[in-house]
Amino acid sequence: MQWSKKFNRRSVMQAAGAAAIGLSLGLSGASAQAAVDFSGETVTLIVPFKEGGGTDKWARFYAPRLAEQLPGKPAVVVKNMPGAGSTKGANHFSSGRVDADGLTLFASSGSTQFPYLLGDPRVKYDYADWNVVLASSTGGVAYLPADLGAKYNADPKSLLNEQFIYGSQGATKLDLVPLLAFELLGMQVEPVFGLKGRGDGRLMFERGEANIDYQTSSAYLSKVMPLVNEGKAVPMMSWGALDEQGNIVRDPTFPDMPTFKEVYTQVHGKEPFGTAWEAWKAFFIAGFPAQKMVFLPKGASQEMIDTYSNAFKAATQKADFAEASKKRLGMYPQATGATAEAFKKRGTEVDQTALDYIKGWLKDRYGVEL
Amino acid sequence: MDFFATALPALGDAFSLILAPENLMYLVIGVVLGLSIGVFPGLGGIAGLSMLLPFIYGMDPVAGLALMVGLVAVIPTSDTFASVLMGIPGSSASQATVLDGFPLAKKGQAARALSAAFTSSLFGGLFGAAILTVFVLIARPIVLAFGIPELLLLTLFGLSMVGVLAGTSLLKGLIAAGLGMMIGAIGEAPAQGSPRMDMETWYLQDGLALVIVGLGIFAIPEIITLLRQDKPIAKGAVLGNGWRQGMQDWWLNKWLSLRCSFLGVVIGVIPGLGGSVVDWIAYGHTVQTVKDTSDFGKGDIRGVIGPESSNNAKEGGGLVPTLLFGIPGSGSMAVFIGGLILLGYEAGPQMITNDLDITYTIVWSLALANVVGAGLCIFLSGGIARLTAIPFPTLAPFLFMMIAFAAFQSKQTPWDLVALIGVGILGLYMRRFEWPRPAFLIGFVLADQAEVYTYQVTQIANVRLKLKGMEGLMDYLISTTGIILLVIIVVSVYLGAKNKFKLSSVAAEQSTGSKRGPMIFTLMLMAFGALYLQQVIAINIIIDKVFPVTMACITLFFGAVLLLRMRMLPETASIFADTERGEDLNATRTMWATLAWFIGLLAGTLITGFIIALTVFMLVFFRLRAGLSWYRSSALTVMSLTILLIIAGALNRDFPGGLLQEMFKLPWPFT
Repeated sequence: MQWSKKFNRRSVMQAAGAAAIGLSLGLSGASAQAAVDFSGETVTLIVPFKEGGGTDKWARFYAPRLAEQLPGKPAVVVKNMPGAGSTKGANHFSSGRVDADGLTLFASSGSTQFPYLLGDPRVKYDYADWNVVLASSTGGVAYLPADLGAKYNADPKSLLNEQFIYGSQGATKLDLVPLLAFELLGMQVEPVFGLKGRGDGRLMFERGEANIDYQTSSAYLSKVMPLVNEGKAVPMMSWGALDEQGNIVRDPTFPDMPTFKEVYTQVHGKEPFGTAWEAWKAFFIAGFPAQKMVFLPKGASQEMIDTYSNAFKAATQKADFAEASKKRLGMYPQATGATAEAFKKRGTEVDQTALDYIKGWLKDRYGVEL
Repeated sequence: MDFFATALPALGDAFSLILAPENLMYLVIGVVLGLSIGVFPGLGGIAGLSMLLPFIYGMDPVAGLALMVGLVAVIPTSDTFASVLMGIPGSSASQATVLDGFPLAKKGQAARALSAAFTSSLFGGLFGAAILTVFVLIARPIVLAFGIPELLLLTLFGLSMVGVLAGTSLLKGLIAAGLGMMIGAIGEAPAQGSPRMDMETWYLQDGLALVIVGLGIFAIPEIITLLRQDKPIAKGAVLGNGWRQGMQDWWLNKWLSLRCSFLGVVIGVIPGLGGSVVDWIAYGHTVQTVKDTSDFGKGDIRGVIGPESSNNAKEGGGLVPTLLFGIPGSGSMAVFIGGLILLGYEAGPQMITNDLDITYTIVWSLALANVVGAGLCIFLSGGIARLTAIPFPTLAPFLFMMIAFAAFQSKQTPWDLVALIGVGILGLYMRRFEWPRPAFLIGFVLADQAEVYTYQVTQIANVRLKLKGMEGLMDYLISTTGIILLVIIVVSVYLGAKNKFKLSSVAAEQSTGSKRGPMIFTLMLMAFGALYLQQVIAINIIIDKVFPVTMACITLFFGAVLLLRMRMLPETASIFADTERGEDLNATRTMWATLAWFIGLLAGTLITGFIIALTVFMLVFFRLRAGLSWYRSSALTVMSLTILLIIAGALNRDFPGGLLQEMFKLPWPFT
């Protein structure tokens, strides 16, 4: 939490300063990027999901803000290219049919990273080829109904004797993270598969059909908080956030909530360690702190990468951004430059033992062979 | 919430906000855009709203909402043009309108059908908005009363319409619905993602899109059949001014319109059934509840009024889960939520507690948009109805262009055309041998829900049984809502059995003659079923294979019964209906020769990409098939392409490329 605050404040100050100077000179950073000018051009941001999905909304949230900050103020349009669990759009972006002229960008999400990490045969793209210009973090919160929440608050261990039903989108999807977390805690959770989105899971919870659920931070803030205030739901834990050294710390959006790591320590009497924990952590990072990223294709010039990094940085540091993004994105780092690079590395590189563990777990527990 | 103390002032505030000239202007712009986009089959609220979103950022919230709601509200109004005039489902919300709307157009009563449809749309839209005003305040517990068992019952209610729409042979209806379900289950399994029947192609991994199946099953057979006859759509005189009669028709059936509007609102309100089945349920309900059903499928105006009342009302209902729970009932509502975010609002309970004035702005925009949209459409319907008087070969290339473009909205590859033609051939033979195509479509649309809800109910029920015993189980499965739904289903099945809908427009006995054709077609369907069964039974994960295996087995069983009956019955039985011996007997060309034109367009697309292939196709078709001069052929080709490129450009759509594009990088629109 401390780090995140510091990070935010420091970079906000820096950039606000830089932006202020830039604006007052009427150059808006143009002097540094004199060679790149997008006047009259159209920049296409490929989203490998359908209209209306989480990544689509996120991309459309950024598109006009990015357009404002790019030299020459081009039009930035979102192009949806859904199919094959987002691998179709990602393969297209990698196919060599996309020019590295800075006019085409790609928006990737955890759902694009998971098949990549798990070695899905459909994947023909390599994250190592791409140049990250923005990395957006998010978090997640698991919550319980009022009666179980009261038991949990009295004694977290009491949950080990309960039988849970959890609405899930599938064990190989982002739900891998909560499902594995529940299992590592020793909880008996029966996933009910076939959900179309996390919103369905929330509805199941509200109808009393599921008695545990999780939502990403923005959905938790806007749709579960009212339930908490009414006394119908009790937060259980957040997944946590990542500090600069790669440690899991409390989520800056929910500083009062224990993380999964803390709950684990409380329940088992010792900190989590070993292969299972490392595997969980690796997929947690890919699914949450490094969930959404924007890339330039292979072969983009450094100048172009810098132009976009600076534009995204300026966009996230505009006066009204904090207010708008708090609602939409939560209080998370919107990383550019070297920080984004670090997020990309952590979110797309998983060591073999962790990977083997996850594959074995998916096969033993759910019969899914990859 | 106190309606009089809080809601009424908010309603008043919202009204004065929306009536500001600037906001009204944005509303009208939204309506005009919505009407223009809705006219194109395959394009709907998703495409339109996505186009608007870049402009929404930074707009005044009320103006932005007026623009977005204006667009969404009238899509189910203007999509009727294609359904009635061309027999092409304008969107998933007007598929059922085709059944009677198009035969009316063929009789020269297009203007009457359109005007009745638009009046119904207007009424449905206003009804939806009115219900929304009050309902949005109290809807939360009602929406939550629909748990998974109730959603499963609703799905069954939708499926019970198969009984009504099965036509002369219930057996054929059941097989068609079973096939629809099997084809709907193709692709990644919803539970654990096993690949099903995807022939190891990425194309089938996501399953077939509804737009492809809807166009293939309805539009292709109609277009090909008409083209074989070389005549205008309307065979009688064209009544350009039937609009007054259409309004009277609506007035005479106002109670039907009210009931169907109510159905539309209810199905819209409950998240989980999906909007694409609304029109079918309304159509089925119409057939069930009127006395004389002999004209359905041949041009009964009530078959237009029912579905059209429900699909506009659905938009009002659909806003309830969207605004209250942030759960979009349809793709366009999902994009709408994205638009709200750009305006600074997050869908959720606070839309009622904090932002009620904004919610009511949406309601008023919805009502006003329906008035403006339906008014414009009624005004235009007389003129546009004259399209049905044009010789069909002159119209056909334009229709081919529209349905190909619509199909490309599915996955943006030439494979969309392959899939469209494949399903189209199935549709052509289903039409020829009088298999009920609506039953097939209902099965397809509800496959996913039927599978997922069955599986989820079973699993939750098991856990309940383990935890709380029999009592806990019954507590979960039996609810007041559930019992009401059960009664509705029983009544629906009873009415369906009583009121039979006849598909055939010619007395069946006249159009039979040989056993061979119908039997070969049935055998081919069964061969597909067997292949399918063999594929899905090999899946490792049990929950991913139960549903398709069960459906395949049931379908094969009914297929075997049908074949047995075919052996026993004489060849004059209605089961052997064959339009080649009936209404298509005098067609001047064969089906395959006509379809070859479309296959030619596909082949050209695979080689040179869509735009170049389409240009050549249109020129050649106008000149050789329609017999126009080179001058007129070129003029019409240029005109059609210009319209297509303007729409595609505005919506930022690419056209699929072929071999040429693999080798060379070409600029838009040739990409």
